[in-house]
Amino acid sequence: MMAKYLFYPGCSMERTARPYLDSVLAIREALGIELEDVHDWNCCGATEYPAISVMGAHALVGRNLALAAQQSNGSRTLVAGCSACYLNLAKTDHYMRQSPDLAAKVNNALGAGGLAYQAGSLTVRHFLDIFINEVGLEKIRSAVVKPLKGLRVACYYGCQVPRPDYDQRFKNHEYPTQLEAIMKACGATVIDFPMKSHCCGGHMTQISERTAYGMIRRLVAGAEQYEADIMVSLCPMCQLNLDAYQVEMNKFFKTHFHVPTVFFTQLMGIAFGKDPLALGFGREFVSAKDALGKIGLDVPESEGQVPAPKKAGRASKQEGLPMPIMPAPKTFEGEV
Amino acid sequence: MNAANDPSRPRSFLEEVVAATLGKSRLEMCIQCGTCGGSCPSGMDMDHTPRGIFALIRADMREEVLASNTPWYCVSCYYCTVRCPQEVHITDVMYTLKNIAIQAGLYEDNTAADLATTFVGQVEQYGRSFEFGLATRHNLKHHPLNMPKMAAGLGLGMLSRGRMDLTPTRIQGVDQLKRILARARELEAA
Repeated sequence: MMAKYLFYPGCSMERTARPYLDSVLAIREALGIELEDVHDWNCCGATEYPAISVMGAHALVGRNLALAAQQSNGSRTLVAGCSACYLNLAKTDHYMRQSPDLAAKVNNALGAGGLAYQAGSLTVRHFLDIFINEVGLEKIRSAVVKPLKGLRVACYYGCQVPRPDYDQRFKNHEYPTQLEAIMKACGATVIDFPMKSHCCGGHMTQISERTAYGMIRRLVAGAEQYEADIMVSLCPMCQLNLDAYQVEMNKFFKTHFHVPTVFFTQLMGIAFGKDPLALGFGREFVSAKDALGKIGLDVPESEGQVPAPKKAGRASKQEGLPMPIMPAPKTFEGEV
Repeated sequence: MNAANDPSRPRSFLEEVVAATLGKSRLEMCIQCGTCGGSCPSGMDMDHTPRGIFALIRADMREEVLASNTPWYCVSCYYCTVRCPQEVHITDVMYTLKNIAIQAGLYEDNTAADLATTFVGQVEQYGRSFEFGLATRHNLKHHPLNMPKMAAGLGLGMLSRGRMDLTPTRIQGVDQLKRILARARELEAA
């Protein structure tokens, strides 16, 4: 039985986060989900549009909601993979439900384009929420053919999925555990990762390098301190910062951190026995080849990859912030 | 009639910010506890922490607030929002302050405002964001010395990995979107 969802891919998933989209598409059948793209969707506005015009931002999102609602043949659930897209869609719907005045204004604006949206007629959800609460861990477990045994994974949530969480889907805004549950179902060892819902900096790299790279360093240093082989992300912006900008951050601080960061759906795909190339491996800046090689998996490495540092053992115990070194816990029994 | 109820009295900056925030801001509920500043990942680099900004707003120090980098260093992580004991919608207030600050033009370093303006311009033109155009235009203007380094490293890396296109994608309903956004701006100005 396939469950059908309306799907809002968003600009990043189609470009900078192509491995995210590819891996979602590769595992959807195993999870029993069908995705139907919202026809002719536009950008969600990210964190930029509301900076210029809050009303414009709601109207921009309103067009997507109106198009999705128009198209909803049977499914009322609109699913997004990007945290910013997810939050923006959910936020406009939430505020329109709360404020009849805003709902009227958004519909007034939509009227100029011959569209309308009734607040609350769609439910906006993120893939993580769908996988946990609709697909379920049992189904995920049963799809695993290559358990990620021995792989130490840092589960990174970033901000805009667990917060502000208008519909209370993630229970804990600061220490959610859903990603850990999925990675454990895939056979991985999840590490305790206190930085898991701290901010990656978003667009800060374009504004202040020092501020942005400081935030990226905290996360990467945290994951390395707890001896993660790899970090998983559920957002295109976070992954871009932690992967591509990890290289720039190393240049900036003259450090040698090496924490490969991929999308959680890419590791799910590996566990489900899908082809690593089709899952988008080899498109990351900080190569995941060594990390997955550790558990006997061969993934492609594209040209010009940043290789793992040649030093023996852990790369950079002494680098980063002067924080007390914690003993790495063996496993973490996360609850969902 | 007491002064607060006098309709002819000029509107305070606090009232301006509350009115410009869509939905409830709850800004008037702030008890100056400082949980927001302590939770802020970029608070160290802000001219004033969010708590400090709210004190300035109440003190009606409009120029001081709008000239500060605080709203522009807000990364929308919502830590302050979920931790605030008074449930002030802090991140939303920061967006309001950005809207007002762009109009006022008092903040000298316009890097962040320009990034938003360039991004929005492209969304209005194509209906989608356009990373290559955004990165090129923004960095040429604001970080020109960084350009060769970033283009050779990150830029080329993104292209060779198939993670960036050189041309924008345009939606079919660009004209429809433009009409909707134009109406929204009219409603905002009204």
